[in-house]
Amino acid sequence: MAQLVIRDLEVSVEGESGSLEILRGVDLTVNSGEVHAIMGPNGSGKSTLAYSIAGHPKYSVIGGSVTLDGVDVLEMSVDERAKAGLFLAMQYPVEVPGVSVANFLRAAATALRGEAPKVRTWVGEVKEAMSRLSIDPAFSERSVNEGFSGGEKKRLEILQMKVLRPKIAILDETDSGLDIDALRIVSDGVNRVKGEQNLGIMLITHYTRILRYIKPDYVHVFAGGKIVEEGGPELADRLEEKGYAQYAKA
Amino acid sequence: MSSALPTEYLTPTGREEAWRFTPLKRIAGLHDPAVSVVDRISIELFGKARAGFDISTAKASELPARSITTDAIVQRLRSEVTEVLHLKIDNEAVVSEPILLKRNAGGSGEFSRTVITAGAHSKASVIVENTGDGIIGEEIEIRVEAGASLTFITLQEWGQNAVHMGRHHAIVGRDANFRSITVTIGGSLVRLLPTVEYSDQGSAAELWGIYFATDGQHLEHRVFIDHGIPRAKSRVNYKGVLAGDGARTVWIGDVFIRHNAEGTDTYELNKNLLLSDGARADSVPNLEIETGEIVGAGHASTTGRFDDEQLFYLMSRGISMNEARRLVIRGFFTEIVDKIGDEVIQERLMTQIDSQLEKLGA
Ligand SMILES: Nc1ncnc2c1ncn2[C@@H]1O[C@H](COP(=O)(O)OP(=O)(O)OP(=O)(O)O)[C@@H](O)[C@H]1O
Ligand SMILES: [Mg+2]
Repeated sequence: MAQLVIRDLEVSVEGESGSLEILRGVDLTVNSGEVHAIMGPNGSGKSTLAYSIAGHPKYSVIGGSVTLDGVDVLEMSVDERAKAGLFLAMQYPVEVPGVSVANFLRAAATALRGEAPKVRTWVGEVKEAMSRLSIDPAFSERSVNEGFSGGEKKRLEILQMKVLRPKIAILDETDSGLDIDALRIVSDGVNRVKGEQNLGIMLITHYTRILRYIKPDYVHVFAGGKIVEEGGPELADRLEEKGYAQYAKA
Repeated sequence: MSSALPTEYLTPTGREEAWRFTPLKRIAGLHDPAVSVVDRISIELFGKARAGFDISTAKASELPARSITTDAIVQRLRSEVTEVLHLKIDNEAVVSEPILLKRNAGGSGEFSRTVITAGAHSKASVIVENTGDGIIGEEIEIRVEAGASLTFITLQEWGQNAVHMGRHHAIVGRDANFRSITVTIGGSLVRLLPTVEYSDQGSAAELWGIYFATDGQHLEHRVFIDHGIPRAKSRVNYKGVLAGDGARTVWIGDVFIRHNAEGTDTYELNKNLLLSDGARADSVPNLEIETGEIVGAGHASTTGRFDDEQLFYLMSRGISMNEARRLVIRGFFTEIVDKIGDEVIQERLMTQIDSQLEKLGA
């Protein structure tokens, strides 16, 4: 069992006109096997929360704590967070020219497993994971995310999640940019990893359609840099109907 | 050795446009007629002679240079060199494996001239591999005859004290293709002039290069493409990484489209990755156009640091900072290194770069 605990998290970012406070006291606990949907308007700070947990250097934590199984995550370097079992599927995956998907996956698996995976089993493992996500094997030799379509990038994120075996995954709008077939394939992939590894998931999304495939245990409404309402799956339907106007800042 | 040119002209002072970046004190007198330099050919064919080409030496007077140069060192060496190495690829020969020439030079300064002739409709690849701590002034003239296709690769894997002043000049004939890959990672001071002129229409040149400078190295590449013929094409792409205090690179990309060169198609690109505050990269693309009747002409030059987003992305997958940097640098060079087409050499170059980075703790 893994447990990610976020307490009263406050985060700011250096903007052009000085420091800008974005997260204003986020509280959230994600356990292994749970799915937490985070829904909220554009610019409310959802990605900021995701990046802050992953340790993006642009964001400074000015208050609160993040722990994984009681260990302070905020003290860790970015790679240490991944090694501790955290994974972030990014809203905008980054292109890394000249670094092939195959080399990248292998470098990451080597770092996370502490030793290079055995070539024999490794090649099969990656192939199988790619075919399950309907990723053309030719993508192995392409540069990471370079020239990928939006949907292809998202699939590559889930491929990484599958191969890197995290304990807790944050999926930041993984559903955006996916057509309906891809959405099903990617959701199946996520559910499989969840089933196999008892993954805990924080699922950031704008749409309820993905929640039909990846069933949330909890839904959190995010507005103005914090969670403003929590509930079960029914909350998502209510949001779809009524929008976020009711949460608009006074 | 006598010279028709006055000494003042031959000896750069450092104020000339062509020399303003170069640390003349470190040239070991190659530019200074008062310092004598040995006339010697230290380039040798590696491996057995094969069908399709021949290597010989000729009297300098029998194989005079076919191009004009304003470079003081090249002018000097032309006047002093008595023997020329000639690699002749037969007309219509298709040489499947690269022709490997090795030079392991050391000690006193030396001048050499080499001529490579790619016979009409031949297809070959030539690699010149430089190691040791040589002090070299050289000119390699590459004659790519009609319909020929030649890949010319030079590897500057010099020791840390080497000085290398070279002009690699291609004359590209009708419908011929010239491709060069210049790799400069070793040496104390390297100043290369990869230059191209066209002797007939339909010809194309692609110039690729990478350079990697660490502490105290000065690596300079002065590309010049002279479009003096209609309907010729050129592509230039050089990439450099600088790491460590006092690492210094200069890239000049001169492209001249003369008034009669209608239908010219040219693009040049130089990208530099600066890894230390104490390093400096100069990048000067320069396009001079005398006719508007062209297909295209452009250039771009960038000098930047590591992309934080890339490093973050890699590290967020558990990859350490050092490993992430190593991957990004390899990735930066891969596009060009892969064109060498020899995996052993490609891996050797990448490993040398890795180990230098490791030494720097970068
Ligand atoms: N580097 C930055 N400089 C200035 N402002 C920033 C920076 N990064 C984020 N912000 C601002 O912080 C706020 C929250 O951004 P964030 O990306 O977290 O929103 P989000 O909830 O993920 O939105 P979306 O639903 O559109 O993805 C926005 O107003 C954004 O403009
Ligand atoms: Mg977002």
